Amino acid sequence: MKLEMKDSPGQLVAALTPISEFGGNIIAVIHQHEPESSSDTLGVQIVLEIAQERLDALVAAIKLQGVSILRLGEERLLHRQSVIMIGHLIQTDIGDTIGRIDATGSAEVAELNVHMPAIAEPSTALITIKATTRAEMKRALDLLRQVAAEKGLLIVEPLGGAEA
Amino acid sequence: MRIAVLGLGAVGRGLLQMLAAKPELGFVLTAVADSTSARIDPDGLDPVAILDEKCGTGRCAPSGLSAADVIASGAYDVLVELTPTNAMTGEPALTHIRSALESGRHVVTSNKGPIATDYSGLAALADDARVALRFEATVGGAIPVLHAIRDGLAGNSYSSITGVLNGTCNYILTRMDDEGLTYEQALTEARELGYAEADPTYDVRGIDAAIKLVILANTCWGLGVTLDDVAITGIDGLTVDALRLAATQDCTIRLIGEAVPAENLLRVAPRVLPRNHPLVIKGTLNAIMLSTDMAGEVTLMGKGAGSVETASALIGDLIAIRDRYDGSG
Repeated sequence: MKLEMKDSPGQLVAALTPISEFGGNIIAVIHQHEPESSSDTLGVQIVLEIAQERLDALVAAIKLQGVSILRLGEERLLHRQSVIMIGHLIQTDIGDTIGRIDATGSAEVAELNVHMPAIAEPSTALITIKATTRAEMKRALDLLRQVAAEKGLLIVEPLGGAEA
Repeated sequence: MRIAVLGLGAVGRGLLQMLAAKPELGFVLTAVADSTSARIDPDGLDPVAILDEKCGTGRCAPSGLSAADVIASGAYDVLVELTPTNAMTGEPALTHIRSALESGRHVVTSNKGPIATDYSGLAALADDARVALRFEATVGGAIPVLHAIRDGLAGNSYSSITGVLNGTCNYILTRMDDEGLTYEQALTEARELGYAEADPTYDVRGIDAAIKLVILANTCWGLGVTLDDVAITGIDGLTVDALRLAATQDCTIRLIGEAVPAENLLRVAPRVLPRNHPLVIKGTLNAIMLSTDMAGEVTLMGKGAGSVETASALIGDLIAIRDRYDGSG
Protein backbone atom coordinates (compact mmCIF):
# COMPACT_ATOMS: atom_id res chain seq x y z
CA MET A 1 0.00 0.00 0.00
CA LYS A 2 1.16 3.54 -0.78
CA LEU A 3 0.36 6.45 1.45
CA GLU A 4 0.97 10.09 0.58
CA MET A 5 0.81 12.93 3.07
CA LYS A 6 1.66 16.57 3.60
CA ASP A 7 5.21 17.34 4.59
CA SER A 8 4.75 19.44 7.69
CA PRO A 9 6.82 19.13 10.88
CA GLY A 10 6.16 16.03 12.95
CA GLN A 11 3.87 14.39 10.38
CA LEU A 12 6.29 11.72 9.31
CA VAL A 13 7.01 10.42 12.82
CA ALA A 14 3.30 10.64 13.65
CA ALA A 15 2.49 8.49 10.61
CA LEU A 16 5.25 5.94 11.14
CA THR A 17 4.55 5.18 14.81
CA PRO A 18 1.14 3.49 14.29
CA ILE A 19 2.46 1.43 11.37
CA SER A 20 4.76 -0.61 13.57
CA GLU A 21 2.10 -0.77 16.31
CA PHE A 22 -0.30 -2.42 13.85
CA GLY A 23 2.31 -4.89 12.65
CA GLY A 24 2.93 -3.20 9.30
CA ASN A 25 6.21 -3.51 7.48
CA ILE A 26 7.64 -0.30 6.01
CA ILE A 27 9.26 -0.94 2.65
CA ALA A 28 10.21 2.59 1.63
CA VAL A 29 9.81 6.19 2.73
CA ILE A 30 10.17 8.59 -0.18
CA HIS A 31 10.61 12.19 0.84
CA GLN A 32 10.74 14.60 -2.05
CA HIS A 33 11.45 18.30 -1.95
CA GLU A 34 10.55 19.84 -5.24
CA PRO A 35 12.15 23.27 -5.39
CA GLU A 36 9.39 24.93 -7.43
CA SER A 37 6.50 24.08 -5.12
CA SER A 38 5.84 25.77 -1.82
CA SER A 39 7.13 23.80 1.15
CA ASP A 40 3.90 23.04 3.01
CA THR A 41 2.34 21.01 0.20
CA LEU A 42 5.23 18.63 -0.38
CA GLY A 43 4.46 14.93 -0.36
CA VAL A 44 5.88 12.11 1.64
CA GLN A 45 5.24 8.67 0.24
CA ILE A 46 5.31 5.64 2.45
CA VAL A 47 5.25 2.17 0.94
CA LEU A 48 4.31 -0.52 3.43
CA GLU A 49 2.78 -3.94 3.71
CA ILE A 50 0.13 -4.87 6.22
CA ALA A 51 -2.52 -7.55 6.59
CA GLN A 52 -5.71 -6.53 4.81
CA GLU A 53 -7.88 -6.79 7.92
CA ARG A 54 -5.73 -4.31 9.85
CA LEU A 55 -5.65 -1.65 7.15
CA ASP A 56 -8.75 0.31 8.20
CA ALA A 57 -7.64 0.41 11.83
CA LEU A 58 -4.20 1.64 10.77
CA VAL A 59 -5.63 4.42 8.61
CA ALA A 60 -7.85 5.50 11.51
CA ALA A 61 -4.89 5.50 13.89
CA ILE A 62 -2.79 7.59 11.52
CA LYS A 63 -5.60 10.12 11.15
CA LEU A 64 -5.96 10.23 14.93
CA GLN A 65 -2.34 11.38 15.08
CA GLY A 66 -3.42 14.44 13.11
CA VAL A 67 -1.80 13.30 9.89
CA SER A 68 -3.73 14.05 6.76
CA ILE A 69 -3.55 11.29 4.20
CA LEU A 70 -3.67 12.77 0.71
CA ARG A 71 -3.90 9.54 -1.20
CA LEU A 72 -4.03 5.86 -0.37
CA GLY A 73 -2.94 3.57 -3.16
CA GLU A 74 -3.42 -0.10 -2.64
CA GLU A 75 -1.51 -2.78 -4.46
CA ARG A 76 -3.16 -5.67 -2.73
CA LEU A 77 -1.08 -8.53 -3.98
CA LEU A 78 2.44 -7.32 -3.44
CA HIS A 79 4.25 -10.65 -3.24
CA ARG A 80 4.60 -13.12 -6.06
CA GLN A 81 6.21 -16.49 -6.18
CA SER A 82 6.35 -19.19 -8.85
CA VAL A 83 6.45 -22.89 -8.12
CA ILE A 84 6.55 -25.90 -10.40
CA MET A 85 3.93 -28.62 -10.05
CA ILE A 86 4.31 -32.09 -11.54
CA GLY A 87 1.78 -34.91 -11.73
CA HIS A 88 -1.67 -35.69 -13.06
CA LEU A 89 -2.70 -32.07 -12.75
CA ILE A 90 -5.76 -32.14 -14.97
CA GLN A 91 -7.14 -35.46 -13.72
CA THR A 92 -6.78 -34.25 -10.12
CA ASP A 93 -8.91 -31.20 -10.98
CA ILE A 94 -6.61 -28.25 -11.50
CA GLY A 95 -9.64 -25.96 -11.16
CA ASP A 96 -10.06 -27.14 -7.59
CA THR A 97 -6.33 -26.71 -6.90
CA ILE A 98 -6.47 -23.09 -8.08
CA GLY A 99 -9.81 -22.49 -6.37
CA ARG A 100 -8.46 -23.50 -2.99
CA ILE A 101 -5.66 -20.94 -3.21
CA ASP A 102 -8.02 -18.23 -4.47
CA ALA A 103 -10.51 -19.03 -1.69
CA THR A 104 -8.05 -17.78 0.91
CA GLY A 105 -8.92 -14.22 -0.14
CA SER A 106 -5.38 -13.07 0.55
CA ALA A 107 -3.61 -15.01 -2.18
CA GLU A 108 -4.49 -16.01 -5.71
CA VAL A 109 -3.13 -17.88 -8.68
CA ALA A 110 -2.05 -15.18 -11.11
CA GLU A 111 -0.52 -17.25 -13.90
CA LEU A 112 -0.53 -20.85 -14.97
CA ASN A 113 1.54 -22.45 -17.72
CA VAL A 114 0.82 -26.15 -18.22
CA HIS A 115 2.81 -28.58 -20.38
CA MET A 116 1.08 -31.85 -21.22
CA PRO A 117 3.36 -34.30 -23.02
CA ALA A 118 0.99 -37.26 -23.56
CA ILE A 119 -2.27 -38.51 -22.12
CA ALA A 120 -0.89 -40.98 -19.57
CA GLU A 121 2.25 -38.99 -18.77
CA PRO A 122 2.46 -36.60 -15.84
CA SER A 123 2.05 -32.97 -16.82
CA THR A 124 4.08 -30.07 -15.50
CA ALA A 125 2.93 -26.57 -14.63
CA LEU A 126 4.53 -23.30 -13.65
CA ILE A 127 2.10 -21.69 -11.25
CA THR A 128 2.53 -18.11 -10.06
CA ILE A 129 0.88 -17.09 -6.82
CA LYS A 130 0.38 -13.52 -5.66
CA ALA A 131 -0.29 -12.70 -2.03
CA THR A 132 -0.87 -9.62 0.12
CA THR A 133 1.95 -10.20 2.59
CA ARG A 134 4.92 -12.47 3.11
CA ALA A 135 3.00 -14.32 5.82
CA GLU A 136 0.02 -14.84 3.52
CA MET A 137 2.38 -16.17 0.82
CA LYS A 138 3.75 -18.66 3.29
CA ARG A 139 0.21 -19.74 4.18
CA ALA A 140 -0.73 -20.07 0.51
CA LEU A 141 2.34 -22.23 -0.13
CA ASP A 142 1.59 -24.38 2.93
CA LEU A 143 -1.93 -24.84 1.54
CA LEU A 144 -0.58 -25.70 -1.91
CA ARG A 145 1.77 -28.24 -0.35
CA GLN A 146 -1.16 -29.80 1.50
CA VAL A 147 -3.30 -29.96 -1.67
CA ALA A 148 -0.35 -31.47 -3.57
CA ALA A 149 0.12 -34.14 -0.90
CA GLU A 150 -3.59 -35.05 -1.10
CA LYS A 151 -3.46 -35.30 -4.89
CA GLY A 152 -0.05 -36.98 -5.14
CA LEU A 153 1.54 -34.03 -6.94
CA LEU A 154 5.21 -33.06 -6.72
CA ILE A 155 5.94 -29.43 -5.89
CA VAL A 156 9.28 -27.82 -6.70
CA GLU A 157 9.64 -24.60 -4.74
CA PRO A 158 12.18 -21.83 -5.16
CA LEU A 159 15.09 -21.70 -2.72
CA GLY A 160 14.79 -18.62 -0.56
CA GLY A 161 11.78 -16.49 0.31
CA ALA A 162 9.06 -14.89 -1.80
CA GLU A 163 10.08 -12.37 -4.37
CA ALA A 164 9.33 -8.79 -3.35
CA MET B 1 51.81 -41.56 13.84
CA ARG B 2 50.63 -45.13 13.28
CA ILE B 3 47.45 -45.73 11.34
CA ALA B 4 45.22 -48.76 10.80
CA VAL B 5 42.97 -48.83 7.74
CA LEU B 6 39.74 -50.85 7.70
CA GLY B 7 38.21 -51.26 4.27
CA LEU B 8 40.02 -51.54 0.95
CA GLY B 9 37.38 -50.41 -1.49
CA ALA B 10 37.98 -47.48 -3.83
CA VAL B 11 38.44 -45.08 -0.91
CA GLY B 12 40.81 -47.34 1.05
CA ARG B 13 42.92 -48.04 -2.01
CA GLY B 14 43.00 -44.32 -2.84
CA LEU B 15 44.31 -43.58 0.65
CA LEU B 16 47.01 -46.28 0.42
CA GLN B 17 48.10 -44.93 -2.97
CA MET B 18 48.49 -41.44 -1.52
CA LEU B 19 50.35 -42.75 1.55
CA ALA B 20 52.75 -44.48 -0.84
CA ALA B 21 53.03 -41.42 -3.10
CA LYS B 22 53.58 -38.99 -0.21
CA PRO B 23 55.94 -40.64 2.28
CA GLU B 24 56.82 -37.14 3.53
CA LEU B 25 53.45 -37.10 5.32
CA GLY B 26 55.11 -39.40 7.84
CA PHE B 27 52.24 -41.76 8.55
CA VAL B 28 53.15 -45.37 9.33
CA LEU B 29 50.64 -47.95 8.16
CA THR B 30 50.64 -50.67 10.84
CA ALA B 31 47.45 -52.58 10.00
CA VAL B 32 44.95 -53.06 7.21
CA ALA B 33 41.81 -55.14 6.86
CA ASP B 34 39.30 -55.81 4.12
CA SER B 35 36.07 -57.78 4.40
CA THR B 36 37.78 -61.19 4.51
CA SER B 37 41.34 -60.70 5.73
CA ALA B 38 43.75 -58.51 7.68
CA ARG B 39 47.43 -57.81 8.12
CA ILE B 40 49.16 -56.33 11.16
CA ASP B 41 52.80 -55.27 11.53
CA PRO B 42 53.73 -52.83 14.31
CA ASP B 43 56.94 -52.01 12.40
CA GLY B 44 54.98 -50.80 9.40
CA LEU B 45 53.48 -52.23 6.23
CA ASP B 46 54.33 -51.23 2.67
CA PRO B 47 51.17 -49.72 1.11
CA VAL B 48 52.35 -50.64 -2.40
CA ALA B 49 52.79 -54.32 -1.47
CA ILE B 50 49.31 -54.36 0.10
CA LEU B 51 47.77 -52.80 -3.01
CA ASP B 52 49.55 -55.34 -5.23
CA GLU B 53 48.31 -58.24 -3.14
CA LYS B 54 44.77 -56.84 -3.05
CA CYS B 55 44.84 -56.32 -6.79
CA GLY B 56 46.22 -59.81 -7.48
CA THR B 57 44.27 -61.94 -5.00
CA GLY B 58 41.31 -59.75 -4.03
CA ARG B 59 42.44 -59.85 -0.40
CA CYS B 60 45.07 -57.98 1.58
CA ALA B 61 46.43 -61.11 3.33
CA PRO B 62 46.13 -64.90 2.97
CA SER B 63 43.77 -65.51 5.91
CA GLY B 64 43.54 -65.87 9.64
CA LEU B 65 43.05 -62.30 10.81
CA SER B 66 40.07 -59.97 10.63
CA ALA B 67 39.12 -56.34 11.20
CA ALA B 68 38.29 -57.20 14.82
CA ASP B 69 41.86 -58.47 15.32
CA VAL B 70 43.22 -55.21 13.94
CA ILE B 71 41.15 -53.20 16.43
CA ALA B 72 42.08 -55.50 19.32
CA SER B 73 45.81 -55.40 18.43
CA GLY B 74 46.06 -51.79 19.52
CA ALA B 75 48.99 -51.42 17.14
CA TYR B 76 47.83 -47.99 15.92
CA ASP B 77 47.16 -44.43 17.06
CA VAL B 78 44.40 -43.66 14.57
CA LEU B 79 41.80 -46.02 13.19
CA VAL B 80 40.77 -45.08 9.65
CA GLU B 81 37.33 -46.64 9.14
CA LEU B 82 36.46 -46.96 5.44
CA THR B 83 34.06 -49.92 5.30
CA PRO B 84 30.87 -49.59 3.19
CA THR B 85 28.09 -47.37 4.55
CA ASN B 86 25.01 -48.89 6.12
CA ALA B 87 22.72 -45.92 6.71
CA MET B 88 20.20 -47.84 8.80
CA THR B 89 22.39 -49.59 11.39
CA GLY B 90 25.80 -47.98 10.84
CA GLU B 91 27.34 -51.46 11.18
CA PRO B 92 29.91 -52.91 11.12
CA ALA B 93 31.62 -49.51 11.27
CA LEU B 94 29.74 -48.43 14.39
CA THR B 95 31.21 -51.31 16.41
CA HIS B 96 34.69 -50.73 14.96
CA ILE B 97 34.60 -47.03 15.85
CA ARG B 98 33.18 -47.57 19.34
CA SER B 99 35.87 -50.17 20.16
CA ALA B 100 38.66 -47.92 18.93
CA LEU B 101 37.40 -44.87 20.84
CA GLU B 102 36.89 -46.92 24.01
CA SER B 103 40.49 -48.10 23.80
CA GLY B 104 41.65 -44.48 23.56
CA ARG B 105 42.41 -44.40 19.83
CA HIS B 106 41.56 -41.54 17.47
CA VAL B 107 39.17 -42.29 14.62
CA VAL B 108 38.96 -40.89 11.10
CA THR B 109 36.16 -42.12 8.87
CA SER B 110 34.52 -41.64 5.48
CA ASN B 111 31.63 -43.83 6.61
CA LYS B 112 28.37 -41.89 6.81
CA GLY B 113 26.42 -44.66 8.56
CA PRO B 114 27.82 -44.45 12.11
CA ILE B 115 28.03 -40.64 12.09
CA ALA B 116 24.45 -40.28 10.92
CA THR B 117 22.99 -42.95 13.23
CA ASP B 118 24.86 -42.23 16.48
CA TYR B 119 26.79 -38.98 16.30
CA SER B 120 25.96 -37.99 19.89
CA GLY B 121 27.01 -41.32 21.35
CA LEU B 122 30.28 -41.45 19.42
CA ALA B 123 31.13 -37.82 20.18
CA ALA B 124 30.57 -38.51 23.90
CA LEU B 125 32.83 -41.58 23.74
CA ALA B 126 35.56 -39.55 22.04
CA ASP B 127 35.22 -36.77 24.64
CA ASP B 128 35.46 -39.24 27.53
CA ALA B 129 38.58 -40.83 26.05
CA ARG B 130 40.01 -37.39 25.08
CA VAL B 131 40.59 -38.53 21.54
CA ALA B 132 39.47 -37.17 18.18
CA LEU B 133 36.65 -38.38 15.97
CA ARG B 134 36.87 -36.77 12.55
CA PHE B 135 34.74 -37.40 9.48
CA GLU B 136 35.46 -34.72 6.88
CA ALA B 137 35.23 -37.34 4.10
CA THR B 138 31.58 -38.13 4.90
CA VAL B 139 30.30 -34.85 3.44
CA GLY B 140 31.17 -33.17 0.17
CA GLY B 141 34.09 -35.44 -0.77
CA ALA B 142 37.21 -33.31 -1.03
CA ILE B 143 35.52 -30.10 0.15
CA PRO B 144 36.88 -29.17 3.62
CA VAL B 145 33.49 -28.04 4.92
CA LEU B 146 33.79 -29.56 8.40
CA HIS B 147 37.25 -28.01 8.80
CA ALA B 148 35.73 -24.69 7.75
CA ILE B 149 32.91 -25.01 10.30
CA ARG B 150 35.19 -26.09 13.16
CA ASP B 151 38.30 -24.05 12.46
CA GLY B 152 38.22 -21.48 9.69
CA LEU B 153 34.82 -20.05 10.66
CA ALA B 154 35.12 -20.86 14.38
CA GLY B 155 33.35 -18.27 16.51
CA ASN B 156 30.65 -17.61 13.96
CA SER B 157 27.10 -18.67 14.60
CA TYR B 158 25.32 -20.33 11.73
CA SER B 159 21.75 -19.52 10.74
CA SER B 160 21.47 -21.98 7.88
CA ILE B 161 23.27 -24.53 5.74
CA THR B 162 22.18 -25.19 2.17
CA GLY B 163 23.95 -27.35 -0.31
CA VAL B 164 24.22 -29.61 -3.31
CA LEU B 165 25.28 -32.75 -1.48
CA ASN B 166 24.87 -35.49 -4.08
CA GLY B 167 26.94 -35.48 -7.27
CA THR B 168 24.85 -38.16 -8.99
CA CYS B 169 21.67 -36.07 -8.76
CA ASN B 170 23.53 -32.93 -9.76
CA TYR B 171 24.90 -34.69 -12.84
CA ILE B 172 21.43 -35.93 -13.85
CA LEU B 173 19.83 -32.49 -13.39
CA THR B 174 22.68 -30.79 -15.27
CA ARG B 175 22.20 -33.13 -18.22
CA MET B 176 18.40 -32.74 -18.21
CA ASP B 177 18.86 -28.96 -18.22
CA ASP B 178 21.71 -28.69 -20.75
CA GLU B 179 20.65 -31.35 -23.23
CA GLY B 180 16.92 -31.77 -22.65
CA LEU B 181 17.41 -35.42 -21.67
CA THR B 182 14.61 -37.18 -19.81
CA TYR B 183 15.26 -38.30 -16.25
CA GLU B 184 15.64 -41.92 -17.43
CA GLN B 185 18.08 -41.00 -20.19
CA ALA B 186 20.23 -38.91 -17.87
CA LEU B 187 20.22 -41.66 -15.23
CA THR B 188 21.29 -44.26 -17.81
CA GLU B 189 24.10 -41.99 -18.92
CA ALA B 190 25.21 -41.43 -15.30
CA ARG B 191 25.30 -45.22 -14.82
CA GLU B 192 27.36 -45.75 -17.96
CA LEU B 193 29.89 -43.17 -16.77
CA GLY B 194 30.07 -44.79 -13.33
CA TYR B 195 28.50 -41.76 -11.60
CA ALA B 196 25.47 -43.76 -10.48
CA GLU B 197 25.26 -47.11 -8.71
CA ALA B 198 23.49 -50.08 -10.26
CA ASP B 199 20.79 -49.40 -7.68
CA PRO B 200 20.61 -45.60 -7.62
CA THR B 201 17.77 -45.43 -5.07
CA TYR B 202 19.85 -43.87 -2.25
CA ASP B 203 21.05 -41.12 -4.53
CA VAL B 204 18.00 -40.22 -6.62
CA ARG B 205 15.50 -40.45 -3.77
CA GLY B 206 17.56 -37.92 -1.81
CA ILE B 207 18.56 -40.28 1.02
CA ASP B 208 22.31 -39.86 0.55
CA ALA B 209 21.94 -36.07 0.54
CA ALA B 210 19.73 -36.28 3.66
CA ILE B 211 22.35 -38.33 5.53
CA LYS B 212 24.97 -35.68 4.72
CA LEU B 213 22.59 -32.93 5.82
CA VAL B 214 22.15 -34.75 9.16
CA ILE B 215 25.93 -34.91 9.59
CA LEU B 216 26.32 -31.20 8.78
CA ALA B 217 23.49 -30.20 11.14
CA ASN B 218 24.91 -32.28 13.97
CA THR B 219 28.42 -30.93 13.45
CA CYS B 220 27.29 -27.34 13.16
CA TRP B 221 24.65 -27.15 15.88
CA GLY B 222 25.01 -30.40 17.83
CA LEU B 223 21.32 -31.03 17.28
CA GLY B 224 21.49 -34.80 17.58
CA VAL B 225 19.10 -35.22 14.63
CA THR B 226 18.77 -38.38 12.55
CA LEU B 227 17.59 -39.31 9.07
CA ASP B 228 14.00 -39.61 10.35
CA ASP B 229 13.99 -35.87 11.08
CA VAL B 230 14.59 -34.92 7.43
CA ALA B 231 11.70 -34.27 5.00
CA ILE B 232 12.96 -35.92 1.81
CA THR B 233 11.83 -35.58 -1.81
CA GLY B 234 14.01 -37.09 -4.52
CA ILE B 235 14.54 -36.13 -8.15
CA ASP B 236 13.04 -39.28 -9.66
CA GLY B 237 9.69 -37.60 -10.33
CA LEU B 238 11.10 -34.62 -12.24
CA THR B 239 10.12 -34.04 -15.85
CA VAL B 240 12.08 -32.30 -18.63
CA ASP B 241 9.19 -29.84 -18.76
CA ALA B 242 9.93 -28.82 -15.17
CA LEU B 243 13.45 -27.78 -16.20
CA ARG B 244 12.10 -26.08 -19.32
CA LEU B 245 9.56 -24.10 -17.33
CA ALA B 246 12.21 -23.11 -14.79
CA ALA B 247 14.37 -21.97 -17.73
CA THR B 248 11.63 -19.55 -18.84
CA GLN B 249 12.24 -17.74 -15.53
CA ASP B 250 16.03 -17.84 -16.04
CA CYS B 251 16.15 -20.50 -13.34
CA THR B 252 17.06 -24.16 -13.08
CA ILE B 253 16.41 -27.05 -10.68
CA ARG B 254 18.89 -28.63 -8.26
CA LEU B 255 18.52 -31.12 -5.41
CA ILE B 256 19.11 -28.97 -2.34
CA GLY B 257 19.64 -29.94 1.29
CA GLU B 258 18.53 -27.18 3.62
CA ALA B 259 18.89 -26.87 7.40
CA VAL B 260 17.45 -23.88 9.26
CA PRO B 261 17.32 -24.61 13.01
CA ALA B 262 15.30 -21.47 13.84
CA GLU B 263 12.49 -22.75 11.62
CA ASN B 264 12.98 -26.35 12.70
CA LEU B 265 13.62 -27.09 9.04
CA LEU B 266 15.57 -30.06 7.71
CA ARG B 267 14.68 -30.71 4.11
CA VAL B 268 16.07 -32.34 0.98
CA ALA B 269 14.08 -31.54 -2.15
CA PRO B 270 14.47 -30.41 -5.73
CA ARG B 271 14.31 -26.61 -5.74
CA VAL B 272 14.11 -23.84 -8.30
CA LEU B 273 17.18 -21.56 -8.24
CA PRO B 274 18.21 -18.57 -10.35
CA ARG B 275 20.95 -19.60 -12.77
CA ASN B 276 23.43 -17.21 -11.18
CA HIS B 277 22.90 -18.68 -7.68
CA PRO B 278 26.18 -19.91 -6.14
CA LEU B 279 24.70 -23.39 -5.63
CA VAL B 280 23.99 -23.82 -9.34
CA ILE B 281 27.04 -25.89 -10.23
CA LYS B 282 27.52 -28.34 -13.06
CA GLY B 283 28.12 -32.06 -13.31
CA THR B 284 29.11 -34.16 -10.32
CA LEU B 285 30.37 -31.21 -8.25
CA ASN B 286 29.11 -30.51 -4.76
CA ALA B 287 28.64 -27.10 -3.11
CA ILE B 288 27.75 -25.99 0.39
CA MET B 289 26.64 -22.54 1.49
CA LEU B 290 27.02 -21.56 5.14
CA SER B 291 25.12 -18.51 6.42
CA THR B 292 27.04 -17.01 9.32
CA ASP B 293 26.70 -13.95 11.52
CA MET B 294 30.22 -12.56 11.06
CA ALA B 295 31.46 -13.91 7.75
CA GLY B 296 28.12 -13.57 5.95
CA GLU B 297 27.56 -16.22 3.32
CA VAL B 298 30.43 -18.58 2.57
CA THR B 299 30.13 -21.06 -0.30
CA LEU B 300 32.51 -23.96 -0.76
CA MET B 301 32.52 -25.91 -3.99
CA GLY B 302 34.49 -28.89 -5.26
CA LYS B 303 34.60 -32.55 -6.10
CA GLY B 304 32.10 -34.52 -4.07
CA ALA B 305 33.45 -38.01 -4.75
CA GLY B 306 36.42 -39.97 -6.07
CA SER B 307 39.00 -42.13 -4.36
CA VAL B 308 41.93 -39.70 -4.36
CA GLU B 309 39.64 -36.74 -3.63
CA THR B 310 38.29 -38.59 -0.59
CA ALA B 311 41.87 -39.48 0.42
CA SER B 312 42.52 -35.72 0.49
CA ALA B 313 39.79 -35.29 3.12
CA LEU B 314 41.07 -38.28 5.14
CA ILE B 315 44.67 -37.03 5.11
CA GLY B 316 43.48 -33.56 6.16
CA ASP B 317 41.82 -35.15 9.19
CA LEU B 318 44.90 -37.24 9.99
CA ILE B 319 47.15 -34.18 9.89
CA ALA B 320 44.71 -32.19 12.05
CA ILE B 321 44.86 -34.98 14.65
CA ARG B 322 48.65 -35.14 14.53
CA ASP B 323 48.94 -31.35 14.90
CA ARG B 324 46.64 -31.32 17.90
CA TYR B 325 47.74 -34.46 19.73
CA ASP B 326 51.49 -34.27 19.04
CA GLY B 327 53.35 -36.23 16.46
CA SER B 328 55.11 -38.91 18.44
CA GLY B 329 53.53 -42.38 18.23
